Amino acid sequence: MSDINLQRRNFLKTAAGAAMVTVAPGMLLFDVAHGNPQSVGKVRWGMLIDTAACVPGCNDCVTACNKENGLSGATTATDPQWIRKIEIKDISSGREVSLPMMCQHCEHPPCVDVCPTGASFKRADGIVLVDKHRCIGCRYCMMACPYKARSFVHEPLQDQNPDVPRGKGTVESCTLCVHRIDQGGQPACAEACANKVILFGDLNDPESAIAKKVKSVVSTQIRADLRLNPGVRYQGL
Amino acid sequence: MASYSIPQLRSHLYYVLMAVAASIVLAAMFSVHSMEEHGHIITGMNNQVVWGMPHVFAIFLIVAASGVLNVSSIGSVFNKPAYKVRAPLAGLLSIAMLAGGLTVLMLDLGRPDRIIVAATNFNPTSVFAWNIVLYSGMFAAVAVYLWTLMEQRMNSWSKPAGFAVFIWRFVLTTGTGVIFSFLVARQAYGSAILPPMFIVISFAWGLAVFHVVQAAIYEWNGKLLDEYVQKRMRNLMGVFVIASLYFVATYHLTNIYFARQTEFERFILVEGGIYPQLFWIGYVLLGNVLPLLLIYLPALDRFKRIPVASLLIIIGGFCLLYVFIIGGQAFPLDIFPGYSVSSSFADGEIGTYHPSLPEILLGLGGVGVAFLISAIGIRVLDFVPHEIPKK
Amino acid sequence: MKRLVFLLLCLCVPAAWAAESSLPKIDIGKGGECVKDVQWMRKNHMHLLVHQRDETVLKGVREVKYSLKNCIECHASIKDDSVIAREDSFCVACHKYEAVKLDCFECHSGVRKSAWLKRNAK
Repeated sequence: MSDINLQRRNFLKTAAGAAMVTVAPGMLLFDVAHGNPQSVGKVRWGMLIDTAACVPGCNDCVTACNKENGLSGATTATDPQWIRKIEIKDISSGREVSLPMMCQHCEHPPCVDVCPTGASFKRADGIVLVDKHRCIGCRYCMMACPYKARSFVHEPLQDQNPDVPRGKGTVESCTLCVHRIDQGGQPACAEACANKVILFGDLNDPESAIAKKVKSVVSTQIRADLRLNPGVRYQGL
Repeated sequence: MASYSIPQLRSHLYYVLMAVAASIVLAAMFSVHSMEEHGHIITGMNNQVVWGMPHVFAIFLIVAASGVLNVSSIGSVFNKPAYKVRAPLAGLLSIAMLAGGLTVLMLDLGRPDRIIVAATNFNPTSVFAWNIVLYSGMFAAVAVYLWTLMEQRMNSWSKPAGFAVFIWRFVLTTGTGVIFSFLVARQAYGSAILPPMFIVISFAWGLAVFHVVQAAIYEWNGKLLDEYVQKRMRNLMGVFVIASLYFVATYHLTNIYFARQTEFERFILVEGGIYPQLFWIGYVLLGNVLPLLLIYLPALDRFKRIPVASLLIIIGGFCLLYVFIIGGQAFPLDIFPGYSVSSSFADGEIGTYHPSLPEILLGLGGVGVAFLISAIGIRVLDFVPHEIPKK
Repeated sequence: MKRLVFLLLCLCVPAAWAAESSLPKIDIGKGGECVKDVQWMRKNHMHLLVHQRDETVLKGVREVKYSLKNCIECHASIKDDSVIAREDSFCVACHKYEAVKLDCFECHSGVRKSAWLKRNAK
């Protein structure tokens, strides 16, 4: 075998090896069909929240979420809160805004990166979930989340909603009411808001109400500087 | 076998110490059982401060476990004979502390019954998953290294084994540092200085633990530590302490420089109550200034200096970790920069944390496990250093 | 050697005692068979559950026939609407007999959904 051939052979082997090593991690990401096997094209669920319409002191979205998912509604330091109302005040101008805050369902979720077992994962349609079967309760995702979206279940639970399994020792957060969405419904918070603050829909469908509105009004993502590309956008911030 | 005679009293004392350590470990197991039954609500941890006392203990033990191997590395990799005879003891302490730290970490999990899930589901982007490989690999690497040291026929392999352990523990301690480095959103973490800081700190804490254990063993057996070796090891510890203080200082100084970080630094260093107290008095004064005075001022009592300085360094280490881990979580996330924030979920509020008895017992249980492994190891096998005869 | 034989013979006593106890009494609820036959289910329900849970949670494939809720809908006791409440409940009876720990119901509700909805009127 001539030297040139040997060199080429080695080069090809190294290149193939390098390519495999580069591609392999990508193949570990779940890129599978969204719930409906007949769907064409990729859905990305998201929400647009109109903070101007959000009323300070109103907790309808929180109450609805608690009822839907079987949360106690208590707000001590150890109680899970999947959605909460935050009152913010601009320090320099004094302008006050009220808004609901939940898991932002990022495109590049830090919680998914740090989870040792892969329990924290992103579904193909963009919803970030905790697979309770794999969760070992290490709470690393809670450390990683920039939005404090995750809660840890500190006590044994009884009489859970059959649609929303939750248990002691695992971490949980807003599921975008995945059990409702998979049947074609809306998240409970979006449905419950009397002022239509939360608009839910498919960001990737150009005909959807949310896609049209996001294209026409000014909206931002919270902590956009982190480049996580959350699926939840806010108007009026 | 180690050549020492055991007076009746010491034999009894040994068993008493073992019993005390075993009962602490038992108390820790009871705490774990309570946590499994009632949930983490019985601890002081909550949705704001998710990692507490168990993690302070565990990270100290793991970092010190990596650092104590310095003694072996200086012997095997850098060929210093005074350290070479201490290499097996350092290896034993490393395994013991690693076991203790991992015990605490694994038992603090919300679902410790799912460790098998952690071992079989591996997310390659997660440092925790990598640490599972690194920590278990460390046990194997140190075990092999000990074998090359203590089995005469394998002695020629001790240098490559020592080198492998040397590299492995650098990777492992980096892995411990990046647990925090990778957390981009928290003001206390998300910094590339943390892995090197942890590595240098591991040198200081590891050597401090080694000194304490060595002093105890020599006192117990009526042996005298050669003054030359004492001085070398003592000065080395001084260098490590200065180096780690440098890293901690740089970390804070850089933070203070950034406008978006000054409020956090003010919390940690000035206004945060327990955190500045632990930092300045516990870490800086007790953990750095006093030990350095003890190490470098010749006026003080010659032999007792090292164990006292080492104990102070260890106490300082715990204080630093408390401030770093718990203080870092207590300071709220800056979700809306430029806004003041309030909500039902403690947004914008300093998180509260009070260490609870189950957590402290669990942490002490890890120390107990480390003690038991070390004490049994020293008693059963030939770990006590054979001093080189003076020429 | 004699001691070993004696020890083994002693162990036969609890073994015989265990063998005498009857098979578990199971409350099969509404009963019926919609997934596979009884023998197949007895041998393989755990594999079916593990496979199905990954399909549902990770991929969002929710086939009603294979969902845990659907199993519970039929197999929950008529008396208390649960698969885990009593010693003879559908899941508990066999699992207790075989001494295999049930982990599912730490998180999942063991109650028939229709009954749960009635109790917690939406």
